[in-house]
Amino acid sequence: MTAESTGIGPDGVEQNSKGTIRVLQLYPRDMNIYGDWGNALVIKQRIGWHGYTPELLEYNVGDEFPADVDLIVGGGGQDSGQLVIQDDLHSRAGVLTGLAEDGAPMLVICGLYQLFGRFFKTRLGTVIPGIGILDVETHGTDERLIGNVKVATLEFGEVLGYENHSGQTTLGAGVRPLGTVAKGTGNNSSDGHEGARYRNVVASYLHGSLLPKNPAIADFLIRTAAERKYGTFVPGAPDDRYAVLAREHAARRPR
Amino acid sequence: MLYISVPLGKLVRRVSRLRGGGSALPGLVVEKIDPGFMQRTLATLPHGVAVVSGTNGKTTTTKMVVELLESQGLKVFTNRTGSNFTRGVAAALLGEVDWRGRLTADVAVLELDEAHAVHFVNRVPPRYSLLLNVLRDQLDRFGEIDKTAQLLQHIADKTSGTVVLNREDPRVARIADTLTGQDVQYFGLDDSLLSTFPNDDDMRAAPGSPTPAVLPRKPHADVVLRKVGPDTADFEYDGVTVTTAMKLRGVYNIFNAAAALTLARSICGGGAVTADHATLLTALSRVEPAFGRGESLTVDGQPLDLVLVKNPSGFRLGLKSFPADGYATMIAINDNYADGRDMSWLWDVEFDSLRDGGVDQLTGSRAYDMALRLQYDDVRIGAVQPEIAPALTEFIRAAKGKPKRIFCTYTAMLAIRRELSKITTVEVVS
Repeated sequence: MTAESTGIGPDGVEQNSKGTIRVLQLYPRDMNIYGDWGNALVIKQRIGWHGYTPELLEYNVGDEFPADVDLIVGGGGQDSGQLVIQDDLHSRAGVLTGLAEDGAPMLVICGLYQLFGRFFKTRLGTVIPGIGILDVETHGTDERLIGNVKVATLEFGEVLGYENHSGQTTLGAGVRPLGTVAKGTGNNSSDGHEGARYRNVVASYLHGSLLPKNPAIADFLIRTAAERKYGTFVPGAPDDRYAVLAREHAARRPR
Repeated sequence: MLYISVPLGKLVRRVSRLRGGGSALPGLVVEKIDPGFMQRTLATLPHGVAVVSGTNGKTTTTKMVVELLESQGLKVFTNRTGSNFTRGVAAALLGEVDWRGRLTADVAVLELDEAHAVHFVNRVPPRYSLLLNVLRDQLDRFGEIDKTAQLLQHIADKTSGTVVLNREDPRVARIADTLTGQDVQYFGLDDSLLSTFPNDDDMRAAPGSPTPAVLPRKPHADVVLRKVGPDTADFEYDGVTVTTAMKLRGVYNIFNAAAALTLARSICGGGAVTADHATLLTALSRVEPAFGRGESLTVDGQPLDLVLVKNPSGFRLGLKSFPADGYATMIAINDNYADGRDMSWLWDVEFDSLRDGGVDQLTGSRAYDMALRLQYDDVRIGAVQPEIAPALTEFIRAAKGKPKRIFCTYTAMLAIRRELSKITTVEVVS
């Protein structure tokens, strides 16, 4: 948070920015629950703290899809929100798949994690097709998985968050898990996996919000976006004191 | 068994109060040994039971309804704050009945938590219900917001007389569509005030987001809040607009006054008594905030406001209703079961309004989650101390001579009141 690491000066004018990173929020109107805004805000602020200039865009149902997107974040929704975006999401499957295959960094949480998969089969047997970026499938259940979660990951160390979902997701051969659950349930109540990783897509059930207490994931997304656009990433030095302490305290809380 | 349940329950109540203990234990005891106690006792009331539920504002609204009905000469049984679970109602009843289990009251007005209200109405179908709103409160308990709406729907279904609904909350207003036998009354808001109430569906949306579609045609509301002044409010009913003084602060409290008026008018109109509007309004103008809901205490000769925050829309409204200017600010965030364990909700609140003055003290089991939240909104942070007692002492010491305000979650508020009662006068809540 020092002056050198800030892309925006006190007067709001860009100063020696290392470049602009365009961040797109997917369906913030219909798919934002349990603090999904937190993830977008963390990306936006940390881009600035690393010395780049964030440009935050929104994509909602019926909007024109913006060009030159560097990073995508998408959140969860209630069943009603998922129905609203369903058709629109399929009409954008091509561009989203293209970006994912091309290595664009993306974070999808909960509802959009499920819809980025192959399908969601409801409890009553209705099959809602996903856009298939991720080789995962989800089955609705009567059981709601709720509580604090700790996940051991190779890429990001210990990941902390909060889950609240009744869909249970299983991974296919085309993706790997984000990590292994050390506390809580994760993707489903049987295999101990949480989330999914594919190219530079990070998918997870974790709210909390996820990124504030897991800045390693936020920085991975930003780094990837910068490298993809500018060839290199020159990090700043964000002040993560409170993140470290919030992690310590959160890790000790009951399920 | 029945003839001993009331004396035994009352005894447990006395003992647990002497020990300064919780309010629910005696209720639990009497529920166990005499499960029909609550239903049997409440069935004797001539004007039945009114249930108040919804996410935000139950306590203040219930308090207002009680005071409005009392102004009309009715004797009202109610459950005091903090006992809005079924066994809390049983415990409150124990305090009111005589040793033979008789309750002298005309009507009961009960504040019930959404999930517990469902169990309650299955056992004691109410004659009246007032459903305030459905917001993101402790979604980790209820699952999803639409689920909460279903809980309220069930309360309405079980109501035999009048269902009072918030016309401006689409999830609540929609409940009317499926009701068949009940009389439905609405309370409403002038269009000019709608923007001060963040709708839960667009509350987070980034600046510039389109507002969601409004209901095509609004039904007639029994009472409409037309205007809010610094210490007055204009209400419209029976085709006239009246201006009344208000001690309550915060637009959302005053909107709930419209809700309370509607319910009180329904109960009076239901045959309890002929409403006298002059005394109703006088009573309304005298209502003080319920504990922790914008309640003001005095510490070191300066006001100390306690503002309960338990969900994003409540926090946003609290920040809007109680401007930070000139005040020292403390925020206390716990994550016990009654607070909700998920901290995501803090990220659905914007804290820009605290940027000028900063926040002097953070405390609670999730004090560092709150610090992290403020850091991302560029709000200056003073001290962080998860332990509430030392944090409160330090806050009061450092802010000497200044008015103070504490935003706190439910269990943090209980702890803060306990500490404050050692140094100032704090209303005892039974």
